[in-house]
Amino acid sequence: MMEVSAYIESGILELYVFGTLSEAETAEVAQMASKHPEIQEEIISIEKAVISLSYSMAPYLSAANYDKIRATLIEKHAKVVEMKPKNSIAPYIGWAAAIILMIGIGWQYTQLDSAKNEIVMIETENDTLEKQLNTVKLNQTQTESLLAVVRDQNNTVVALGGQAVSPESKAKVYWNQATQTVYVDAAGLPEPPQGYVYQVWALKLNPLTPTSIGLLDNFTANDSRLFAVSNTSGAEAFGITLEPAGGSISPNLEQLYTLGKV
Amino acid sequence: MTQEELLPLILKKDDKAFTLMYDMYSKNLYGVIYNLINDREEAEDVLQEVFVKIWKNIESYNESKGRFFTWIINIARNTTIDKLRSKGFNNSRKNLSSDNFVHLLDDSNKLSHMIDSIGIQEFVKKLKPKCIQIINLLFFKGYTQQEASDELEIPLGTVKTQNRNCINDLRNFLQV
Repeated sequence: MMEVSAYIESGILELYVFGTLSEAETAEVAQMASKHPEIQEEIISIEKAVISLSYSMAPYLSAANYDKIRATLIEKHAKVVEMKPKNSIAPYIGWAAAIILMIGIGWQYTQLDSAKNEIVMIETENDTLEKQLNTVKLNQTQTESLLAVVRDQNNTVVALGGQAVSPESKAKVYWNQATQTVYVDAAGLPEPPQGYVYQVWALKLNPLTPTSIGLLDNFTANDSRLFAVSNTSGAEAFGITLEPAGGSISPNLEQLYTLGKV
Repeated sequence: MTQEELLPLILKKDDKAFTLMYDMYSKNLYGVIYNLINDREEAEDVLQEVFVKIWKNIESYNESKGRFFTWIINIARNTTIDKLRSKGFNNSRKNLSSDNFVHLLDDSNKLSHMIDSIGIQEFVKKLKPKCIQIINLLFFKGYTQQEASDELEIPLGTVKTQNRNCINDLRNFLQV
């Protein structure tokens, strides 16, 4: 039999997790995993990596989707039970006896029931706390990632000041010269009205040439108000305008909210 | 909650089990589907179909078929590929091979929806180009070793080990 570490190093476990092996190979790996805990552990680690990877590739998924799928599944599987009326009096006598019996044991039953309810409540509470903890952990990772983006030594930071239409507005552009990525901190912009979206422009000044580098889509849903937009090279200034949903080909300068020179 | 704990609940098909399963895997499945079909609405339709299939066929799953996660990812890939064929999109997943998951990340509009996982995305962009290709084909597109070897023009014998090296880079970053 092949040595366990060589088996792990061969790379077959990755393909097992990806699901691209044949049925026979899959069954063989499953059997190896049940015999060797090291193999099982390795499989679970690979799976964690792939779960994170595929999770991070998913676009925004609306809550409506969950409701739709749930309705499809639960309704499909609900069963209709038909009730047939009965004419005989015997069942009623039976029912009466049952009711008397139930009164007798009712008290005990409620005691048991409330104990059970308490357990269920505590379990639910545990679940909720666990979920909250996970959310906090996730938030922390997100904050750390955002900080890393903002703090990068290679950043050119451009402060955008408020313009005539909205003197109170401000924003910042973090332009990373090394990775050629651009992030916009839009925390200083008001929420855009329904049907409008902010659009970010990279400007060359002589002559004035605006190039769109992206929309601040889903503005309210993005708590950090930090947006990644397209790369740019040779921008001399950045500006943000308010445009109809979907963005415009050229900026509406009457709705210029903020502007700043590099 | 682990897969092992989830499975008996799904077998009972109660309401709560569906919610748990959806919470645990909807984004992974959606990520894989979206990667193949590149259209959010179509991807949502396929996602619904995939959950129906999982729900209906759960009795046929057992451990000799591999991990539960693997089983549902395969359902997602197959359903998406069927959909692409039926719509006559590009007729086969091979025609889509110029797209990869990193190109999708480069589209700024789409990225803003995905900002919650910016850390891993930034890392993924820095993966070696060879790794992006190989993970894209083997994991996201479900190619066999032979198909990947043909597509990338690398020897069949090195597909597995190259892929393992790439996944190891990812694991080092994620510390798993």
